[in-house]
Amino acid sequence: MKQYYKRISMPARYLINLVLIIAFLAAGNAIVSGGVINRAQSSIILQVGIYIILAVSLNIVTGYLGQLPLGHAGFMAVGAYAGAIFWKSGYGASLPAGLSIIIGLIFAGIVAAIFGIIIGVPALRLKGDYLAIITLGFGEIIRVCIINLPSITGGTPGLMGIPKYSTFLVVYIAVVISCAIIHMLMKSRHGRAILSIRENEIAAESCGINITYYKVMAFAVSSFFAGIAGALYAGYQGLLTPASFDFMASINILVMVVLGGMGSMIGSIIAAAVLTSLPLALQALNTYRMVIYSLLLIIVMIFKPSGLMGTYDFSMSRILERIINFKQIRADKKAKKAGDANG
Amino acid sequence: MDKLVKVPSNALIPERDLGKLPILDIRHLGIDFGGLSAVDDFNLTIGRTEIAGLIGPNGAGKTTVFNLLTNVYHPTRGSILLDGKDTAGKKTYQLNKMGIARTFQNIRLFKNLTVEDNVKIGLHNATDYSMAQAILRLPVYWKEEKKAHEKALELLSLFDMQDMADWKAGSLPYGAQRRLEIVRALATKPGIMLLDEPAAGMNPSETAELMENIRKIRDTFHIAIMLIEHDMNLVMGICEGIAVLNYGRIIAKGSPEEIKSNPMVIEAYLGKKGGAKAHA
Repeated sequence: MKQYYKRISMPARYLINLVLIIAFLAAGNAIVSGGVINRAQSSIILQVGIYIILAVSLNIVTGYLGQLPLGHAGFMAVGAYAGAIFWKSGYGASLPAGLSIIIGLIFAGIVAAIFGIIIGVPALRLKGDYLAIITLGFGEIIRVCIINLPSITGGTPGLMGIPKYSTFLVVYIAVVISCAIIHMLMKSRHGRAILSIRENEIAAESCGINITYYKVMAFAVSSFFAGIAGALYAGYQGLLTPASFDFMASINILVMVVLGGMGSMIGSIIAAAVLTSLPLALQALNTYRMVIYSLLLIIVMIFKPSGLMGTYDFSMSRILERIINFKQIRADKKAKKAGDANG
Repeated sequence: MDKLVKVPSNALIPERDLGKLPILDIRHLGIDFGGLSAVDDFNLTIGRTEIAGLIGPNGAGKTTVFNLLTNVYHPTRGSILLDGKDTAGKKTYQLNKMGIARTFQNIRLFKNLTVEDNVKIGLHNATDYSMAQAILRLPVYWKEEKKAHEKALELLSLFDMQDMADWKAGSLPYGAQRRLEIVRALATKPGIMLLDEPAAGMNPSETAELMENIRKIRDTFHIAIMLIEHDMNLVMGICEGIAVLNYGRIIAKGSPEEIKSNPMVIEAYLGKKGGAKAHA
């Protein structure tokens, strides 16, 4: 935007966003707890929130770093079991619920991030399809380990009796904080370093960027939030079975990122919301449900291969600035058109 | 342009750089690719503020030398002293921090990012705040980002590119892309900048402008510049010391005049038979 357009100052931007976030929270809470929607619908809303965190976190590695890992559900599983075990343990149970939720989520994130680093260091030496295969393998290893450690994880039958901490409020706040942190990170020198690796590794390294460090860092941050989403999933389901974290779960998350547009956070959010709620919305169609779901994916990929939002970055303030400067922008466009016609 | 003088190690550097540690001191550098030695016994010393040229026929190993200097390839033999410090075993990004920056023969910009972000990535190590400070948007973040923004525009204005700051780097015209690569390299605050065919694909007037700009950069930032180039007008016009590479070996070193009249060089470029005239 040119200099003479009116700008919204930084503090005002944050204030506007904060007000909107709180307004959404109040509205959402009223809808969910006010009995406007039924149980199935409110449980879909929770799922949407969990999948938003998963898609946005995978987007760090897929969209921003430009790598293709296929084991995201593995990190989700690590976080889910870490959170569930903490909440079920004496430590978690002795704390007041609010504090227990916060510590459990952070603990789940940290454990998942540690796994992310352990797996990322060897895996990120590889690129493209090789990385995809190796992360796929690690994802499966995690799942098999969970099955074969029944004393800790409950094995195949699953882990039961997890306190159902994932209320609308908890999920909503977790989504907002996760998205905010990832956004703040990406709009900084560290974020630019991650983007530069996607764009051109050799050039990034010759610009003084430690690419190994930033690759592992992006991978760790991505698995941290996958872990948090996993813990929210545990608190939403109340029980965990290893089958929920298989290869297809990873693919589902990847589909959301690709469909939304790799490198677009708003794209990941929209795709996660649409793809999670679509099966429910199409329930009336019964058997044709999954056919329509698949067809929609194919249609989007044919007509918009870069994903729904491309690499578009959503900014509330930018939209507001457009509205306040509406008259000026229109006048400029007219002047430009007239100039083009004359020239 | 100063005349070249002999320094104790028998290397040649511009007179004004005498008494100062050379920015680059390369001794017996060599690399083998599966039994074939692509570069061998490469000796070169570059003064603090020298503009040096590396020329030679296609396939002579010029870009390989640049890759060796930035440790993209690790040398099989020999040593490189960058600002007096041995570069052996260092990673490419560490060498950049030690003061070596480069551009690429086939342009390697961050194409989907803006021009300003390209330069800011060059400023990565000059911008100083931690991840936590960025996430919490502490005052140091705003201060450093503002500094980076101003510095980026200042560097872009060297090439009159400040108005293109919001453009996608990939949408720039070819010449501007080459200039942006130089700006990005400069942003990393190098002691020596390696330019790999900076004038490739430029028309004569753009090349003339580039020559001016290379000199301007050297005079403003007091850095050394080493360039690979096929455009003999550019090389002979701005380089103080020139090394000629053929089949991975230096066949001649010296001032532009000496190189122009060197029979070995003429032979390497134009072949052995008599009667041919040197075009330079």
